[in-house]
Amino acid sequence: MRPTPSQTVGPFYGYALPFRGGGDLVPSGHPGAISVHGYVYDGAGDPIPDALLEFWQADAAGNLDGKPGSMRRDEVDGSFAGRDGVTFTGFARVATDLDGHWTLRTVRPGGAPYIAVCVFARGLLHHLYTRLYLDDGDDALLASLPADRRATLVAAPERDGVYRFDIRLQGEGETVFLDLG
Amino acid sequence: MPEPLSQETISREIAELAARSDGADHPARDYPPYRSSGLRHPHRPLVAPPEAYAELRGPVFGASDVTPLDADLTRQHAGEPLGERITVTGRVTDRDGRPVRGQLVEVWQANASGRYPHQRDQHPAPLDPNFTGTGRCLTDADGRYAFTTIKPGAYPWKNHVNAWRPAHIHFSVFGTAFAQRLVTQMYFPGDPLFPYDPILQSVTDDKARERLVAAYDHELSQPEWSLGYRWDIVLDGPSATWMEEGR
Repeated sequence: MRPTPSQTVGPFYGYALPFRGGGDLVPSGHPGAISVHGYVYDGAGDPIPDALLEFWQADAAGNLDGKPGSMRRDEVDGSFAGRDGVTFTGFARVATDLDGHWTLRTVRPGGAPYIAVCVFARGLLHHLYTRLYLDDGDDALLASLPADRRATLVAAPERDGVYRFDIRLQGEGETVFLDLG
Repeated sequence: MPEPLSQETISREIAELAARSDGADHPARDYPPYRSSGLRHPHRPLVAPPEAYAELRGPVFGASDVTPLDADLTRQHAGEPLGERITVTGRVTDRDGRPVRGQLVEVWQANASGRYPHQRDQHPAPLDPNFTGTGRCLTDADGRYAFTTIKPGAYPWKNHVNAWRPAHIHFSVFGTAFAQRLVTQMYFPGDPLFPYDPILQSVTDDKARERLVAAYDHELSQPEWSLGYRWDIVLDGPSATWMEEGR
């Protein structure tokens, strides 16, 4: 069967897709919690205020089964209740703010050495996949890339427990995007 | 002052790119008639990773993520929204036709006047206090989803002078693998705005573009209540080889 074509997420997803605590895979103060943050830039080097990022990863023990509860709803009033603070769902969703900035709070994935990332934006007709590595270690994809391209996939440690990971959609320092076809 | 960008120019670009269509299922990310794509597509080719783990699995959702009312966009406020009440239903499958079960489908749309309740939408059409325009549901054992809503209106945008989006509902769909993720837009049959819209026309293959248009289905219409539309969704990728070999 032929697939349903992609279309852009457009500019108005903001009241539909993001949800409270979407970027907080673990609560503040969780043992081993790390924060990864950065900007999404366009080909002119300008930050993109209407991008939406999704993250999917194994838990600290390397389990990739995932769990429900990323966007728990309050059955009484229909609002987003937030995560339960205990369950690690493996899924995060963060819209960039007006500065094009985003933040993810999570733990290091066990097993696979990366966090899978999906990028949506107004102007982007078909989403893009990339990977967020926390270390420039032994990995088949990293090993296959020249140093400058490889660097686009590795988050830079800023201070204890805080990493910086920028995504450049186009041009100098363009992030490596993946063909998962 | 640059000349204002006319529909004629955009339509000419659309026609040129349609004539060169490579029959792809998805839009090229670089599609100049949609001006916003210009600085927001990669220049370098995508890289096929030698191995994939996380992308072959995906997030899961459950009863706690969706309330039963979420699938009825006409019952989220005290009163009834204005507009033509419709139901939209269909199946989510993978490319082999296997149903995608228990997965999350999210929708968002403009109201009947073509207005989104978003601060950046300044189209001078009325907001509807009884309509937000967001919904979500989980697919059933057959991969089926269903929403009750109102038919959205067309609305203007600033791609070029006199640019109007055909009426559409935004869909966000998860498969069993993160690599099957899909965000797209569903259109309504017979909309006269189709040929003018660079977002729909970014899918240059005629057959692929038709797959974005729902079918009116009289069997789904309910007497004295609502009109029914059917729209099936087929998720792309990852390739069968990857899934089988766990490459």
